[in-house]
Amino acid sequence: MPRLSAERRHRVRFTLNGSAVEAEAEPRMLLTDFLRHELGMTGTHVGCEHGVCGACTIEINGVPARACLTLAVQADGATIRTVEALAPEPGRLSILQEAFRRHHALQCGFCTAGILMSLDNYLRQRPNPTEENLRVFLGGHLCRCTGYVPILAAAMDAAKRLREVPANA
Amino acid sequence: MSTPAMWCGQSVERVEDAALLTGRGRFIDDLGVKPGTLHAAILRSPHAHARVKAIRADPARQAPGVAAVLTGEDVTKLCASLVVGVKAPIECWPIATDRVRYVGEPVAVVVAASRYVAEDAVDLIEVDYEALPAVVDPLAALDTAQPVLHEGLRGNLASERSFCYGDPEGTFAHAAHRVSVTIRYPRNSCTPMETYGVVAEYDVGEDAYDVLANFMGPFSLHAVMARALKVPGGRFRLRTPPDSGGSFGVKQGVFPYIVLMGVASRATGRPVKWVEDRLEHLAASVSATNRVTVLDAAVDADGRVRALAWDQVEDVGAHIRAPEPATLYRMHGNLTGAYDIRHVSVRNRVVLTNKAPTGLNRGFGGPQVYYALERLMQRIAIELGLDPVEVIRRNLIPSGAFPYKTATGATLDSGDYAKAFENALADGGFAALREKQKEARAQGRVYGIGLTAAVEPSVSNMGYITTVLTPEERRKAGPKNGAQATATVALDPLGGVSVHVASVPQGQGHRTVLAQIVADALGLKPADIRVITEMDTARDAWSIASGNYSSRFAAATGGAAHLAAGKIKAKLARIAGAQLNVAANEVEFADGKARARGNPDNAVAFSRLAAASHWSPGLVPVENQALRETVFWTPPELTPPSANDEINSSLCHAFIFDFCGVEIDRTTCAVRIDKYVTMHDCGRILHPGMVAGQITGGFAHALGAALYEEYAYGPDGSFLTGTFADYLVPTAMEVPNPVILHLETPSPFTPLGTKGVGEGNCMSTPVCIANAVADALGVAEINLPLSPAKIAAHLHGAERTPRKPQAKPVAGKGRTLHGSGQAQAAAPPQAVWAMLLDPKTLAAIIPGCHGVERLSDTHFRAEVTLGVGPVTGRYKADIVLSDLTAPKAVTLTGVVTGALGNGGGTGRITLAATDDGGTTLAYEYDAEVGGKVAAIGGRLLDGAARIVIRQFFAALARHTGGKKPGYLARLFGRGA
Repeated sequence: MPRLSAERRHRVRFTLNGSAVEAEAEPRMLLTDFLRHELGMTGTHVGCEHGVCGACTIEINGVPARACLTLAVQADGATIRTVEALAPEPGRLSILQEAFRRHHALQCGFCTAGILMSLDNYLRQRPNPTEENLRVFLGGHLCRCTGYVPILAAAMDAAKRLREVPANA
Repeated sequence: MSTPAMWCGQSVERVEDAALLTGRGRFIDDLGVKPGTLHAAILRSPHAHARVKAIRADPARQAPGVAAVLTGEDVTKLCASLVVGVKAPIECWPIATDRVRYVGEPVAVVVAASRYVAEDAVDLIEVDYEALPAVVDPLAALDTAQPVLHEGLRGNLASERSFCYGDPEGTFAHAAHRVSVTIRYPRNSCTPMETYGVVAEYDVGEDAYDVLANFMGPFSLHAVMARALKVPGGRFRLRTPPDSGGSFGVKQGVFPYIVLMGVASRATGRPVKWVEDRLEHLAASVSATNRVTVLDAAVDADGRVRALAWDQVEDVGAHIRAPEPATLYRMHGNLTGAYDIRHVSVRNRVVLTNKAPTGLNRGFGGPQVYYALERLMQRIAIELGLDPVEVIRRNLIPSGAFPYKTATGATLDSGDYAKAFENALADGGFAALREKQKEARAQGRVYGIGLTAAVEPSVSNMGYITTVLTPEERRKAGPKNGAQATATVALDPLGGVSVHVASVPQGQGHRTVLAQIVADALGLKPADIRVITEMDTARDAWSIASGNYSSRFAAATGGAAHLAAGKIKAKLARIAGAQLNVAANEVEFADGKARARGNPDNAVAFSRLAAASHWSPGLVPVENQALRETVFWTPPELTPPSANDEINSSLCHAFIFDFCGVEIDRTTCAVRIDKYVTMHDCGRILHPGMVAGQITGGFAHALGAALYEEYAYGPDGSFLTGTFADYLVPTAMEVPNPVILHLETPSPFTPLGTKGVGEGNCMSTPVCIANAVADALGVAEINLPLSPAKIAAHLHGAERTPRKPQAKPVAGKGRTLHGSGQAQAAAPPQAVWAMLLDPKTLAAIIPGCHGVERLSDTHFRAEVTLGVGPVTGRYKADIVLSDLTAPKAVTLTGVVTGALGNGGGTGRITLAATDDGGTTLAYEYDAEVGGKVAAIGGRLLDGAARIVIRQFFAALARHTGGKKPGYLARLFGRGA
């Protein structure tokens, strides 16, 4: 990694949801702030800025990561997916998103982006999760509205439907 | 002529969800700001109680990008104190003036070009504090010898009132039994995932404020804010964003920051944006009150409760911030719970302590009241040798007694408590749970069952808070009462229907339910109705009761929307009647048409009818013109407190009966919820999916309150739970799936028969779990949260004294750290000694050191950067050496201060020569830490301190025996 000067802004380039993006950031700028305020991608939310709540979870090079614990300059050259990438086309929801809507697995929707990003990744790695697997996995996210019960139900339902229609994953 | 309801009662998919699921939500921080908007960061007090001696802000003011630094002195020039809800000579400013009274209290606001620059400048501000003793415990605060927070008061007691209903004294005197409980309800908060946010703009030309904030109401606070900003209500425009990331009451507490940012905008002449961070939120937003309650019951031999005596000491923190002390009075009308008890005495005291001010939080007063009442009901059963189920059964308000007027003045609108109770026992499998407990206990397992009956009030009477005043004071102030709800239904020129409300949702799905309600009224589909819930006080219909609190949406706002749609419908029916040649009362609305009853072919399209008053008003009589109807609805049942202090504190009262089985692990002392059954009668249900969501969500909050969550303060008032790693909220791992049962007894007082449901489990569940744990452990006194450490004390007795003697924590001091260790240096003691006294060497070996200044032979000053967990900060350290025995031992006493906290400690270092010419350094230290550092990481501190100290000695050892012979030789030369 090149040595960066704290005093100035640096050009950061990466692939975001399939498109090349670039903007400038001081080395200390968080990736959350960079995505939200420099690139205008406000779907990724900031709930705690200390890596506990999981609201800011995105996918960096195919791995779920806390954007609030990542510096923008660390993302240079990476491939990043955010919640804005999940829907297959405008006006249509993915199977996972549909399951969340059907099961009322969100209320305020603030934590939802991070949970969707985690689950989207997990269900691709583990298409056959048990409820217990999902419960443990979701343990890395905080939601204060739903009590998690409908989130688990939506995740189980989505897993089942994704197995039935793998092409739509 | 009402059309049968079709959409209400169905769990339709929410209109809110598509945007939220695809990252297109419009939360406050997602909305752009006007070019030139500045960003604020707040310097907050690291002390629980201190006098502010001096603030040196010039370096911060001169930093590039900084527009202004505002201190209490600047702010108080531009605003007035927030009004205080009790008659006491105290003020409540949105920023500290001469004193700080809790950790996290704002001390200065930096306004700068970006948040990063503003936070940098916060670190440049130096504040001289003179620390004062703090009072943290509410009972201790009553002692007049304790430190006083507000000099206007002689002590810390801000309000005291006593009440008497019926003949409690006589009833107690003749009672067969007197049963008593004492409880200490802890501080906790529902911590919404999105924190506070404000964008404020002052228009100097019009002397007016325009503020966007994720405020949730009640809009009675609009008056408080306008008065604080010293403008008439019309010059204080308050808007809310379309989406808000949860609130649970907590976002009421953004209002002092609205005033503060309004002032910041006025001072800088630019719009100012502030978004709270999580540490600020946990330390200084609002929490529920903590409360100490002594509750006594006069009981017949068969367990029938005849009288209650309440003694409540409410801790509202460092200020009585509006609408406090409302938490204490919200439940006043229903202090007898679900029971038929005619004699009640109440003593209510409100005290101030050095903790963050309290405010709205889901359950609002209910958790505190039911914790006492339902612990008492269990104790009555145990002390009288009765079955707890039977004690509840015998005391429930009988079926057929509704509407029932309680002793303290509430009218319980409807219900069949006995039926709901029996249904829950039968359908929830209570008998089987008892069997399971028997089996578990036979196997030696620790298993308990808890029960709770509760009445869940909703739609608060805006006058209940005036019960804190005496009847005489109320007469002077004028009566307060009611709960104005409002909704507007409008028709557009294409015949579309829109609904505007002042309900300010934070994720509850109001838009979906309002579309259902209005679609039902007009014979349309929910998709035909466009609902707008973002609010603008300059354009929308609203009143003081507007907002999203006291579970008022379904009953009050939903009802108002139903009434507004009904008014539009009545006018449309007259227009349609004229067109269809039938009487207006023969017109029915269904399938997007208005049609003659019994002759569906004689019909007109709804959209055509709805557009008529726009396009051809000449053809529509004026009184029938249907364009836009706004309804204000306030229930006549919500009257002011009577001369005898009777108060109908809420319009609706739902019934809850919960029971649960818990098992406690003997080794880990963790509580596992084996089964949880919750029965609700919340009146008519409009959307079963959302009602289930409110119940499971409230249940999860309550589970957190029962087992994990507490805003913890050290004895010195330092705040100890400033991250989500310290303030533990439940995850999917901890929350089981409760069994939810319903009975539907419509409320006769609301337009749709609905009642609130959102807060009930926050009232019933904490005590239900505690009752189960008390049953499992066989203990009488038990307080939340039920942490493994507390349960271990019951299961295994007091913890054994550790083999190594440890220094006792000093009373009144903060979080204490102890440690000791050893290091080996290659140099002999004399050389090491010289290094320890040499500023240059110290600068080289102290971790993160920027330089050491020698003030005298035994007094050093150092600047260091230290990181603890996620928080890295720069500190000034003052170190004094004493008890010097060269070259054998020295005592270091240090005080460390910085923006992130403060600390002090003492360490003793001893040097002993080893056989190979080296030195063994042994050290032992005691330290105390306060401020932000203490808040962010109780758990991280000990480890961090140990590492820093180990690094110091390792560096010292490296210095003496490392790979730099030249340097070492020089050192030896000097040391010898």
